[in-house]
Amino acid sequence: MASHAIEVKNLYKIFGPRGEDFVDVVKKGMGKAELNEKHGHVLGLQDINILMPGGCITVVMGLSGSGKSTLIRHINRLIDPTAGEVLYDGTDVCKMSENDLRQFRRHKTAMVFQKFALLPHRTVLENTIYGLEIQGIERRESEKRARGWIERVGLKGFENHYPNQLSGGMQQRVGLARALTNDADILLMDEAYSALDPLIRMDMQTVLLDLQKELKKTVVFITHDLDEALRLGDKIAILRDGRVVQQGTGQQIVLSPADDYITAFVKEVNRGRVVHVETIMRPLSGNPEGVSLPAGMVLEAAARTMTGAHVAAAHVVDENGRPIGAIDLQTIIAAMVTPTSHADRQAA
Amino acid sequence: MAICSFLPELLCKFPAIDDGTIRMARKSVDDGFKGFVRSYGDAIDAVVQPLQWFLNYLERAFVSSPWFLVLIIMIAVVYLGSRHVKITIGTALSMLAIGLVGLWNDTMITLAMVTVCTLISIVIGIPIGILMARSDRVQGLVNPILDVMQTMPSFVYLIPVVMIFGIGKVPGLIAVVIYAVPPMIRLTNLGIRLVDKEVLEAADAFGSSAWQKLKNVQMPLALPTIMAGINQTIMMSLAMVVIASMIGVGGLGKNVLQAIANQFFTVGFLNGFALVGIAIIFDRTSQAFGRRLQKHSEVIHG
Repeated sequence: MASHAIEVKNLYKIFGPRGEDFVDVVKKGMGKAELNEKHGHVLGLQDINILMPGGCITVVMGLSGSGKSTLIRHINRLIDPTAGEVLYDGTDVCKMSENDLRQFRRHKTAMVFQKFALLPHRTVLENTIYGLEIQGIERRESEKRARGWIERVGLKGFENHYPNQLSGGMQQRVGLARALTNDADILLMDEAYSALDPLIRMDMQTVLLDLQKELKKTVVFITHDLDEALRLGDKIAILRDGRVVQQGTGQQIVLSPADDYITAFVKEVNRGRVVHVETIMRPLSGNPEGVSLPAGMVLEAAARTMTGAHVAAAHVVDENGRPIGAIDLQTIIAAMVTPTSHADRQAA
Repeated sequence: MAICSFLPELLCKFPAIDDGTIRMARKSVDDGFKGFVRSYGDAIDAVVQPLQWFLNYLERAFVSSPWFLVLIIMIAVVYLGSRHVKITIGTALSMLAIGLVGLWNDTMITLAMVTVCTLISIVIGIPIGILMARSDRVQGLVNPILDVMQTMPSFVYLIPVVMIFGIGKVPGLIAVVIYAVPPMIRLTNLGIRLVDKEVLEAADAFGSSAWQKLKNVQMPLALPTIMAGINQTIMMSLAMVVIASMIGVGGLGKNVLQAIANQFFTVGFLNGFALVGIAIIFDRTSQAFGRRLQKHSEVIHG
């Protein structure tokens, strides 16, 4: 059984008629601005190396122009790379023939778009079966599957509506249902929730997390929102000017930002929802006291549990229920507020 | 002219190629073309023969059927197309008025002609439009040709048409199609090029082949523009059948031509109004039909 991981290796993308000629120059250290000024070519991505583990949500985060949308389009090769490899189950997507690529897109990937990209002349149901129709699956069978997914994303009763009759949030549910109906291993989400308002966005994030718990697809999620990245991502890669600045778990990024750029980003983050109890616990001394908290619980939830139980001290247990450390409210609150060192670094 | 007295003649009088050379060139082009027509005339006639059959068949069907049958079919087509009572009643009234002033047969001939011309323009125009949309090179090649077709005075290209095909209905038909097909081609091209890039990207991402993309995404989304093209083509065919009457197309256009030659004021205007009537019927029906196809885009989420 293949791992369904996606591995991006030494990926370069230089936009312009003679992109290949400038890969070496960029490898030697020429930056984005200089390349544009001297040679009139735009550096899209440089030296991207990311392992996107199978069955996990990998979030690629960056501001506009950082190359994140370019990166996700390399995974199903809507954009051809200038140099480098994108490996899936040992096959290089970038070397596939046109026919293999079409089969790969039909059966292995599904994509959700920022502006929904639904077909306006088709109903919700007809939009949802689009991928299966392309594959040539019989209409009755594909409708049955599509109806199931329409119900799962909460659109039952809207099967015969046109996209224009739905709100943005509902349209994106159609986009999600269309992608899920394809039953592909890879789910690519290109700023899928960026066009939605905050409440609906939270709602859709929950839908995705719930579905992912049972589907275990390899999800690649693009966003410019750090909170969204931290909420969804098993792994996060931060992109700036076409380069990966840092990658790791949400906790790693918040607790040890790689540079000032990321420090500025994580300054406003609600740490209580990112940092886990085992990260700040101290070794057990004596008997475990207070309530027991499972490892992997975030600080906010721990504080809620402890204040609810009227205790100031607690112990952390691993998945087998064995105590592995101790923690108190004082430590939790100290870890939840943004440390002054960050503010100092900003001021400096 | 005062300046010219100081200047050499070359700068004052445009140095044209001398008359003899031009006459020679003209004669050889004309002779060459005539020779071409003479040697391939039969082959060309054979190729366009199906058009003649089709046109004759439709014309006979229109003219020899009882008038009320034609009227009922027309009203049914207009109603089914537009689903609009006002347009349907308007159609019935104008057709009755046309019949009353004695122009029924001529109108039927013109209707047959316009129907055939429009169908041929669609059959030729849509594939060329699709090719243009797919390749910038084809677009660069076809666009200037369309410019020439649209701006060349229509009387001028009647000349080669008559030289090749002689006088009659088929040459008239070809002249009308040349005049009416450019908007069909242009608007098909435009409609496909205007299709939302993100929707196309989605079609690609799901692994559509080129044909699936054309069939499922590009053509349906370009349809409003293509419908506008069909509408334009119909209007231009109607305008051109009048001019084509100069080379033997019958119907309302012929009456107009006679009215011009003889200064028959009333006859001219009656036939003119009959043409206007048909034009409005075609226009309103095709537009209402186009809007009906786009129903899905009208209901916006509030």
